[in-house]
Amino acid sequence: MNLPLSAQLINLMAALLLLIAFAMLSQRRILSLIYLFAWQGAVLSANTLIVAWSTGQPHLYYSALITLALKVIVLPWLLHRLIVRLDIERDVETMINIPITMLIGIALVIFAFNLALPIAQWAQTITRSTLGIAIASVLLSFLMMITRRKAVPQVIGFLAMENGLFFAATSTTYGMPMVVELGIALDVLVGTFIFGIFFFQIRETFDSLDISNLEKLKED
Amino acid sequence: MIEAVLSQLFQTLLAVLLAPLMLGWINNCRAWLQNKSAPGLMQPYRTLRKLFHKDAVLAHNASSLFRVAPYLIFGCMVLAASIVPAIETNLPFAYAADAIALVGVFALARVFMALAAMDIGTAFGSLGARREMLVAFLAEPALLMVLFTPALISQSTSLNTMVATLGQREFALYPSLAYAAVAFVMVLLAENARIPIDNPATHLELTMIHEAMILEYSARHLALMEWAAAMKLMIYCTVGIALFAPWGIAAAGDWQLLPAATIALVAKLLLAGGGLAVLETVSAKMRIFRAPEFLGMAFLLGVLGMLTHFLLER
Repeated sequence: MNLPLSAQLINLMAALLLLIAFAMLSQRRILSLIYLFAWQGAVLSANTLIVAWSTGQPHLYYSALITLALKVIVLPWLLHRLIVRLDIERDVETMINIPITMLIGIALVIFAFNLALPIAQWAQTITRSTLGIAIASVLLSFLMMITRRKAVPQVIGFLAMENGLFFAATSTTYGMPMVVELGIALDVLVGTFIFGIFFFQIRETFDSLDISNLEKLKED
Repeated sequence: MIEAVLSQLFQTLLAVLLAPLMLGWINNCRAWLQNKSAPGLMQPYRTLRKLFHKDAVLAHNASSLFRVAPYLIFGCMVLAASIVPAIETNLPFAYAADAIALVGVFALARVFMALAAMDIGTAFGSLGARREMLVAFLAEPALLMVLFTPALISQSTSLNTMVATLGQREFALYPSLAYAAVAFVMVLLAENARIPIDNPATHLELTMIHEAMILEYSARHLALMEWAAAMKLMIYCTVGIALFAPWGIAAAGDWQLLPAATIALVAKLLLAGGGLAVLETVSAKMRIFRAPEFLGMAFLLGVLGMLTHFLLER
């Protein structure tokens, strides 16, 4: 293995990202889930910084800054306030038990790595080998959204998926154009606000945040 | 050749003699962190001396296996200690057994410990043996997965070659080793009866695993058992150091570096002991039925380490 130091650092960040994705999948408490989400944002921001520094792309500095502000500080703070006001710090209910979820997760990772290998062989970017991890973390966030019963972990899964997509964009094409990135950042922020309002509405109607209640169309 | 044998002897003796000190250091750190007065670094040695001076008591229905087991287990640990390159990578013994055989040596010791625990036929003994086997059959594959990652990087299962590859070549970041290291710490905690799985500080509680198995032993047998347990912890720490922080381990035949390597090892062991004490202080003991999940996580991290090696480091 003879890679430059920056590529090694990027690989390390990618590995950390995958580790955090698995930690989120195995987490039983909402509060820790939010801390993990903040960590994921921090790793993502650091990764973007390293890519920016090693490729000399100025706009990546801005997107690293936006990531830091939005995904490490604002969104976790918002979510934290939300769950404190909803008073649900510790209950995460899963549809399938956690060890089986982890096994499915491993299968997803193998699938993603296989998918990414032929693509990465033709790429020339410094970040090419991390595409597999980006796909894997998107799929793992999907899995988290599917297997969680309550609304808040689902939303965190959604935000984590956005992180994965952002990472995929950085690793394949050195990030999206600034306009797109700003648009997505705003969307995510507004989305979280709207989700917050939804949480209160769901709870007011059903006295719980279990979204399986939403499947009933008629009142009995 | 003589030099190699000497360094082998020195290293094995170091591991055997320093193991109780390491245990004492961990216990002291834990006591400091928990605001208790510390028992002193030398306490494990004093316990061992006391036990060796006592007369052994055996149950009437104890078979010869019960009497042989402590010596066998102690012997297994000495063998394991002599194949792990802690100070120098030129160990004549290391050619006798590679990383997979190391896991096998641990398994051998464990089988005899479980058999001896069931030999007397007390409830606590068989309870402890069953729990130990439950934990072990989950920890062993995880440990193998952890060892495979450095084996893949260095293209060899020999511990000597692994350490030589990782520690004495040009510095490189291996993300796969980060996974393996986390998984290794989890396996270390489980295999050495440390806190999330078992509590080493309690006797006679319904949750104990390791202590339940050695409950029937006394005097020199108990001393050997406890010494072997301390050595197992020490060996696990040196394996972790050799694979994940191998800097400072002297190359084969480099005699000038030996004192520095010894000092580096002691410093790393002190750090590892402190870290272990912190881990044990901040975490609570799990229910036994959560142990499969904990070790499943370790196995998963080991597999992830191998997968990331294939993706990122080739």
